[in-house]
Amino acid sequence: MADFLGDNLDCIRGERRVLSGLNFQISDGEILVLTGKNGTGKSTLLRLMSGLLRPQGGELSWDGESIAEDPSAHNDRMTYVGHAEAVKPAMSVLENVEFWRSVRTKPDKTAMDALAAVGIAHLANIPARYLSAGQKRRVALTRALTSGAKLWLLDEPTTALDVDASTAFGATIQAHRQAGGMAVISTHTDLGLSDVRHLNLSPS
Amino acid sequence: MNGVLAIMSRELRLAVRQSSDSMMVIAFFVIAVVLFPFGVGPEPQMLARIGPGVIWVAALLAAMLSMERMFQADYEDGSLELLALTPVPLELTVLAKVLSHWLTTGLPLIIVSPLLAIMMNIPPEGWGILILSLALGTPTLSLIGAVGAGLILGARRGGVLLSLLVLPLFIPILIFGVGSVDMVLNGLETKAHMLLLGGIFLGSLALTPWATAAAVREAVA
Amino acid sequence: MFHRFANPTRFQKLSKVIEPWALAIMVLCLGPGLYYALFSSPVDYQQGHTVRIMYIHVPSAWMAMFCYVAMALASAVALIWKHQLADIAAKATAPIGAGFTLLALVTGALWGKPMWGTWWVWDARLTSVLVLFFLYLGYMALRDAFDDPARGAKSAAILSLVGVVNVPIIKFSVDWWNTLHQPASVVRMDGPAIHPEMLLPLILMAVAFKFYYIWLVLVRIRQEIMAQRVRALHQREASA
Repeated sequence: MADFLGDNLDCIRGERRVLSGLNFQISDGEILVLTGKNGTGKSTLLRLMSGLLRPQGGELSWDGESIAEDPSAHNDRMTYVGHAEAVKPAMSVLENVEFWRSVRTKPDKTAMDALAAVGIAHLANIPARYLSAGQKRRVALTRALTSGAKLWLLDEPTTALDVDASTAFGATIQAHRQAGGMAVISTHTDLGLSDVRHLNLSPS
Repeated sequence: MNGVLAIMSRELRLAVRQSSDSMMVIAFFVIAVVLFPFGVGPEPQMLARIGPGVIWVAALLAAMLSMERMFQADYEDGSLELLALTPVPLELTVLAKVLSHWLTTGLPLIIVSPLLAIMMNIPPEGWGILILSLALGTPTLSLIGAVGAGLILGARRGGVLLSLLVLPLFIPILIFGVGSVDMVLNGLETKAHMLLLGGIFLGSLALTPWATAAAVREAVA
Repeated sequence: MFHRFANPTRFQKLSKVIEPWALAIMVLCLGPGLYYALFSSPVDYQQGHTVRIMYIHVPSAWMAMFCYVAMALASAVALIWKHQLADIAAKATAPIGAGFTLLALVTGALWGKPMWGTWWVWDARLTSVLVLFFLYLGYMALRDAFDDPARGAKSAAILSLVGVVNVPIIKFSVDWWNTLHQPASVVRMDGPAIHPEMLLPLILMAVAFKFYYIWLVLVRIRQEIMAQRVRALHQREASA
């Protein structure tokens, strides 16, 4: 059983206080959905959880140990899908997916399986420059599927996706949770997820 | 190790597929050197006298121009923050990018330099040392330039700013690089320069990855 | 937001106490220093009265170096301990250091003209100071190049540490380059060997410059703290 805890988090971005005294907690098999108006710090919180951002106050800990102690181990156990797609136009779709899979220590799905799971296996050998916004988003989502990470941090994962694709991805998240994984998601869409906890980030 | 190799291979793959970047750097190098005879006159003795300096300065500027793309593209499409989140230490990722930058910028410059030595009327005795000094110096330029490239991510007018930041730091390498060629052309010992260039290279190799990684972490935070 | 400014408030009280003293010491040293420099110190047999420019040129060059090191030290403290005041001190020092650099360059030119007939000579010290000037410009430009001031501060801090490591290497290489290209004439802008009579005004001027720096940097830090407060107030208005 793993525990991911955020204790009394303060975060200042561009001289503006975005988060103040925030607490969260998530364990195996749980899904945490972040809600709140735009600008309330959902993306900031996800970035804090990923370790990209360090809080000005408070601490994030995994099983009692601060995540700042061993960034490499934390990178190993989590995967972050933010707003940017990180898709290289000069590489094929498959090459893009395979690259991000190859830097993980314990990858999960193979690249082709991940592409199939998001419904774009037929685009595998096309240079990524020809992809639409929705297709690029799906390539970004494959990173979570191939990562083998326990903690999924997803920032608006289904932007530019239609209803079917969103629901399909929701099912993938459910499968991940059933296997004992955990996910923190910021979303405005209904992904068809059951039994989720909510964390509302009210304006500070 | 696997991760670093994957990163390295991706860098090279992208560089090869966007090879016009390398071509432009070489073209600039040649054009910059060629401008000098137009500027100062084609008198062979004088060209030979200023040749090593001109070639070295042009190499510096050519390396400068391509420095920005070390991180900029990855920064803009979100790849850089993901690279900072891989289990591979960011310092190693940075070194992979520096190596790839050198292979696609410094190495072509070194290969083209004998051609320019001919155009600047540098006697053949000087070609070997010119190549050797560039071989020792250009990797250091890539290493130091990487720090600058990391620091300007997200800044306004990044390209011009990068030149201002990094060119003063290049001066010692320029001095010892050109110095070594001049020494050989005057029939003198050049071991001291080579040792200094080598020392600066090793020092940069040891120290700059930390500074660059710190700059990149700051940029993607 | 309050805890951010707790330290600076204490600093401001302390600074208001120190400033008048720094200013006083500076005037006390500058007065006699200038008198000795301009009037009673010996005239050089070769250069005549123009050697007097040295009393401004040499301390300026020293201060240019000193300020850069101070800036790098403050940056290191800011980076390692996240000390906000240290960060502001670095920012405040940069233009002062750049100013001293410019002063050294200009007085170098004024000195050179009567001596060698040209406004610029590539002597080792002057060239090193010129490169230092570019390092200052780079620091200030980088600091200002970001919309987010915190980002600019951190980048510039890293740059100043890279710079401070490079400064001795640059000095060494420029000295080396200078001797290589001028084997016959030794271009030295020190003037002749320093007499004890020349030493006193030189030291007085150096101390005066130091205290000028201390006074000015304290004033600038207080200004910057005020500016931050104004920005914070604007932020609060915008998000209210």
